[in-house]
Amino acid sequence: MAQAEMSQAEMSEDELRQRVGALLEEANPDRVDQFTFRGKQYDHGLAWVHFPEGYGGLGLNPKMQAIVNDEIRAHAKTVYEDLNVNPIGIGMGAPVVLTHGTQEMKDTLLKRIFTGEDIWCQLFSEPSAGSDVAGLSSRAVRDGDDWVVNGQKVWTTLAHISKWGMLVSRTNPDVPKHKGMSYFLLDMEAPGVDVRPLYQITGEAEFNEVFLSDVRIPVERMLGAEGDGWKVAITTLMNERSALGGGSGRKGGGPIGILMNLWKHHRAAGRTPATNAVLRDEITQLYIKSELLRVTSQRARAASKAGNPGPEGSVGKLAQAELYKKVWECGQEIIGADSLVFEAGYELRRPGVDEKRDSRAYAKYQFLRSRANSIEGGTSEIMRNILGERVLGLPGEPRVDKDIPWKDVPRGG
Amino acid sequence: MDFAFTEEHEELRQTVRRFLEGKSDEAAVRALMTTERGYSEEVWTQMAEQMALQGMMVPEQYGGNGFGPVEMSVVMEEMGRSLLCAPYLSTAVFAVNALMEVGAEEAKAEILPNVSAGQCIATVALTEAGRGWDVEAIETRAERDGDAWRLTGSKAYVLDGHIADVLLVTARADDGVGLFRVEGAADNFVRTLTPTLDLTRKMATLDMTGTHATRVDGGGDRAESLRKVVASTIVALAAEQVGGAQKCLELSTEFAKTRLQFGRPIGSFQAIKHRCADMLVEVEFARSAAYNAAFRAAENGDQAEILASSSMAKSYCSEAYFGIAADTIQVHGGMGFTWEHPAHLYFKRAKSSSALFGEPVEHREKIAAHLGL
Repeated sequence: MAQAEMSQAEMSEDELRQRVGALLEEANPDRVDQFTFRGKQYDHGLAWVHFPEGYGGLGLNPKMQAIVNDEIRAHAKTVYEDLNVNPIGIGMGAPVVLTHGTQEMKDTLLKRIFTGEDIWCQLFSEPSAGSDVAGLSSRAVRDGDDWVVNGQKVWTTLAHISKWGMLVSRTNPDVPKHKGMSYFLLDMEAPGVDVRPLYQITGEAEFNEVFLSDVRIPVERMLGAEGDGWKVAITTLMNERSALGGGSGRKGGGPIGILMNLWKHHRAAGRTPATNAVLRDEITQLYIKSELLRVTSQRARAASKAGNPGPEGSVGKLAQAELYKKVWECGQEIIGADSLVFEAGYELRRPGVDEKRDSRAYAKYQFLRSRANSIEGGTSEIMRNILGERVLGLPGEPRVDKDIPWKDVPRGG
Repeated sequence: MDFAFTEEHEELRQTVRRFLEGKSDEAAVRALMTTERGYSEEVWTQMAEQMALQGMMVPEQYGGNGFGPVEMSVVMEEMGRSLLCAPYLSTAVFAVNALMEVGAEEAKAEILPNVSAGQCIATVALTEAGRGWDVEAIETRAERDGDAWRLTGSKAYVLDGHIADVLLVTARADDGVGLFRVEGAADNFVRTLTPTLDLTRKMATLDMTGTHATRVDGGGDRAESLRKVVASTIVALAAEQVGGAQKCLELSTEFAKTRLQFGRPIGSFQAIKHRCADMLVEVEFARSAAYNAAFRAAENGDQAEILASSSMAKSYCSEAYFGIAADTIQVHGGMGFTWEHPAHLYFKRAKSSSALFGEPVEHREKIAAHLGL
């Protein structure tokens, strides 16, 4: 991410708020649609204030974005959250275009990322490259002014509605794996790109498989140099991992709050007092863990603010994933025999509107969905490796794949 | 709450740590744990004279530092790390808390300055054999005898009870549960050292048959206040548990880096590496529990929340410390099972601390009630 390299201008909070005022006079989210409002927000340099002027920013410290967002929220009821508008485009696409894109790309793509007119997706994982994503095998071969790509991507969020994809493919199989990949900007509407829903255990398809058959990508859409794909990709992966995990802000909120409510409604669900006592203790233990997850995030933020980041900042993702699985397992126990029933059914569908959060249906859904918490964004096993090696300093395992040509590394199907 | 430890806290931590590294190394612990007395008078004096540790939470008017639960947590964490063998939990935490919470002015003025100066060992006798840690369960009787009282009954698990100069004994009088002072050398008073699982923490049984005592609280039923005393003592104990747990993690990690088997450090095998990673998560959560309780106690806001947070700390830190100590034995393989290796010292301290002042499940029962579950 180029943040550290961008020079920072100074601006007072007051002046920044005034600029937001000027934006809101021209366009208010309550009166114009999303594309229009966010387009103006971009033009005023208030989209991502740490970006350079002319690209939706003002060259300020990224922390000042919160002031802009607060000011908009204070003057309008309609709120467009980045996370709902274009999470991957804004979180990963924009920084990568800013750092590695051509002038033409910056001029034509950045604004449309921010408004949400172009949704973006990330094409890294493959069926044989999950935790070991650097071992990926989709192949890009140079042909004239294009690269021709063949392969399959998996777990691609939003691919079915995306205009652009951030694609990493292998351009050189004869060098060690980390050195032979390149990063491309893929037009998701190009011929040969086939997006199919990925049927998951909950019955929906939040994600997709993307089949690439002789897809042509113009050479200008390689970001970074040939062979730099891993380096360019690593920054987007770092952003993803830190966005996940840390515990709900409110005491007693989040999954544990729902669980305790579920309990209050189901205490009498055909169990003896003695059995209920055991279940009650399970719930109390989960409450304590949830509270400590929250407190640990607080401590991590305090330590980070004080410039003393410690181990408390690294345990969130792992702890949350394992905790949430247990919370929803307990939910099934609380619901009792009715947990045998799954009213929502398994008809393949895209995610719809969230079930009412306090309902039994929500708990039954989360019981299934939470199994992915310890897998997506870094498995719990990988997280333990990271904690063991980077935080505790334990030695890595012998590696059989790092220094030999990729083509010589044993691979599955 | 922002869990902001100040530079002064850091300095305090480093000072206590350095002192204990010198005066309470493994050899010192092993030597003291086999004695009946269980502590070094010389080191006890140095603790008072060099760092005023005994008077940490004693108000300045009684010769102490007037610090609070957060500062005490820093000190206790370091003591737990080095398994300090000293009557500190009894004297500087339990007894001081009891006097400050229920003690009448004369009792405080008489006892606390001596405590601060390191010249007296004090303890609180609360629980009775087979009757748990709830104040309501107390059966020891207190009967008036002119201006004084006579106590009859038996107390168990009394921290440093066999050597304490001042024993603050909880007993049931006509007006409820009160706190009474018994002199170490009193007649009709038998103190017996308990053969403890954890040799680093000495305990005793007290047998009283009409033992002479003076009442130190102002009268009336002090059960509620005594519960608060236990809660604030638990907060300090939780910090001690975190210190021990952290040390265990360090021992395990160090061993995993240096012990070679099958041609490489055992820490490079995921079974060991992942166990250590899980231990790290537990330490950090235990730390959150202990600090949360300390900072809440220091804020002195909602009393129900303070009690709940202390029970949460007792439950979580006890189980975390025990789990980590158990894992430490496991990571060390055969060596972990030897007397020679320090793992068992932490293991026994961990399990014993877990049983002190109520098992985790009992504290969770209190939390469940507090949550209305």
